[in-house]
Amino acid sequence: MPTTVLTYIVRRLIGAVILLFIVSAVVFSIFFLIPRAAGASADDLASRYVGKSAGVEQIHQTAVKLGFTDPIYVQYGRFAKGIVVGQDYNYGPAVEHCPAPCLGYSFITQNPVLPDLLDRLPVTLSLAAGAAVLWLVGGVSIGVISALKRGSALDRASMSVALAGVSLPIFFTGLLTLSIFSYGLGWTAPGGANPMDATSPLDWAYRMILPWITLAFLFAAAYARLTRAGMLETMNEDYIRTARAKGLRERDVVVKHGLRAALTPILTIFGLDLGLLLGGAILTETTFSLPGLGQYAVQAINNNDLPKVLGVTLLGAVFIIMANLIVDLLYAVVDPRVRTK
Amino acid sequence: MSTNAAPPDRIPQDRPKADAFLHVKDLRVHFPTDDGVVKSVDGLSFSLERGQTLGIVGESGSGKSVTSLSIMGLHAEGTAEISGQVVLDGDSLVGASAEHVRQLRGKKMAMIFQDPLSAMHPYYTVGHQIIEAYRVHNNVSKQVARKHAIEMLDRVGIPQPTSRVDDYPHQFSGGMRQRAMIAMALSCDPELLIADEPTTALDVTVQAQILDLIRDLQQEFNSAVIIITHDLGVVAELADDILVMYAGRVVEYASAHEIFTAPQHPYTWGLLGSMPRLDRERAERLMPIKGTPPSLINVPSGCPFHPRCSYAHLTGGASETERPELVEITPRHNLACHLSTQDRQRIWEHDIKPKL
Repeated sequence: MPTTVLTYIVRRLIGAVILLFIVSAVVFSIFFLIPRAAGASADDLASRYVGKSAGVEQIHQTAVKLGFTDPIYVQYGRFAKGIVVGQDYNYGPAVEHCPAPCLGYSFITQNPVLPDLLDRLPVTLSLAAGAAVLWLVGGVSIGVISALKRGSALDRASMSVALAGVSLPIFFTGLLTLSIFSYGLGWTAPGGANPMDATSPLDWAYRMILPWITLAFLFAAAYARLTRAGMLETMNEDYIRTARAKGLRERDVVVKHGLRAALTPILTIFGLDLGLLLGGAILTETTFSLPGLGQYAVQAINNNDLPKVLGVTLLGAVFIIMANLIVDLLYAVVDPRVRTK
Repeated sequence: MSTNAAPPDRIPQDRPKADAFLHVKDLRVHFPTDDGVVKSVDGLSFSLERGQTLGIVGESGSGKSVTSLSIMGLHAEGTAEISGQVVLDGDSLVGASAEHVRQLRGKKMAMIFQDPLSAMHPYYTVGHQIIEAYRVHNNVSKQVARKHAIEMLDRVGIPQPTSRVDDYPHQFSGGMRQRAMIAMALSCDPELLIADEPTTALDVTVQAQILDLIRDLQQEFNSAVIIITHDLGVVAELADDILVMYAGRVVEYASAHEIFTAPQHPYTWGLLGSMPRLDRERAERLMPIKGTPPSLINVPSGCPFHPRCSYAHLTGGASETERPELVEITPRHNLACHLSTQDRQRIWEHDIKPKL
């Protein structure tokens, strides 16, 4: 049994690596090939990365230095090689070695991309983890109560709030909560409070509570609806009747028998959502000026800074692929019927 | 014709004895819906002693399962309007607190369901589910409960119970699952066991084994058993008494022997006629009951069976206007039918019996 699980994991990891290369090739192509196909020359591309006063000769030198004059496959090969074995970067006066996995250097700041990403990851991690706990606990409990009190005022009220939650954009709820709770009442930290500067866990929560609530509100709404639908279905199953026939307390019937079964599909969605968020919560980070991966991605795209865009996209892809794998493995833990197949 | 002109052999029934182990009197279970009130059970009475088996027989929608669920108190709060009396060992269940009935469920009365695959939780091992049932009512450690679960699995004939106890329901065959269900139901020595179509989802070869098992265990535990089925063949050998239900009402209630040797109700004749018999020549076709069971919202006037009854015209219109009362026509034989004794005897002897 463990060997089959192991080969399964290895097979999935090999698949993940292949998938990552495809993702990187596609992103690479979008940012390089499409401008070239539209008629932009290597010098046109390079002109974005030099000052306004640069002469034609200087632009051309930059194009050569950035490798824009090489054929596309050489350029991509250089990038891919950097990830696997590392890369030497010649920025004029000296040659710097960037160890594997090297995601290249920013065209603009000349800084290596990976340390930048790792710098910003904890911020995004803080945001995603806190929000995930909130939305999972909140969404699932509201969903369960709604399902059990189906049709009641409570059910209708929470489902209306849930509808608002999925419909209202983050920049709306975010700015609204900021203006009320932070600038109005002064209960929470203002926007731009970096959680990594926190002096204590309490301070950390104080800085993050509004972004957590804002992001969790969006997800909790969807989870409440999912849980409600799942509970309505499982509570009608025959095994719930059996559990009651055994004389179990209603609380145990609901939690151990009903919720246990209803949670399985929610686990799948949760894994994927979390993987997605770890790649950067762009709207939340922008609204609250949090220096996370999402904000980094936005800046990189605005500046046409291809290595940064590639780096953050690949990291996001890694998280999603890993989340997928973990969810699939967890599925076997949760549902014994998957295990024996 | 009316009940005033009832033949002299109809004396008021007094069969359901109030001091019986299980005593059900005038049980009504109505479900209010947007389309009207669904009268699933409409005035049901019977009684059952320890060690006795009652078969409740009828088509789908005749109110069999609803009856069993209301005895067990398993109708969701607010969905069903239940009236009448259900007295289990002197303990009145209709109107009792939900918590009181919960404590009786599983311990004093237990239930086996139709489809053991969907009736067992797919995410828990068979052992876990039996242990859970035992520990609700018995304050014992998990180890003790596990030992008990293995004993119960052994008792119902599961091979290698010490290892199978950790299997999941989907790893069991259909018959083994039903055995495990029975082990779960019997884990707390219930005095009343309700089996709702216990063999319907099983292979024919396994059906007989399960029925034998239920009978053996009943003798061992001396419990009262109610078997609910649409198949008279299932209760033929098992039941002491048989109650035939139609549209939420009792149409015939007698000993199993009477039901099979001298049935009096046209519906019972229909059920018997629909049973394939291998011990007879295949000269005759099966005689299915024509039509379909009635809507329980708009139950036909008079005798609810009259639109499907081949002999309704013999009652002089009474079957269309007047609901026949359940009366004791001979000792221990109750019947709700407008047909005269002479007509019934004649039809049974000449038209029905020779064809069965």
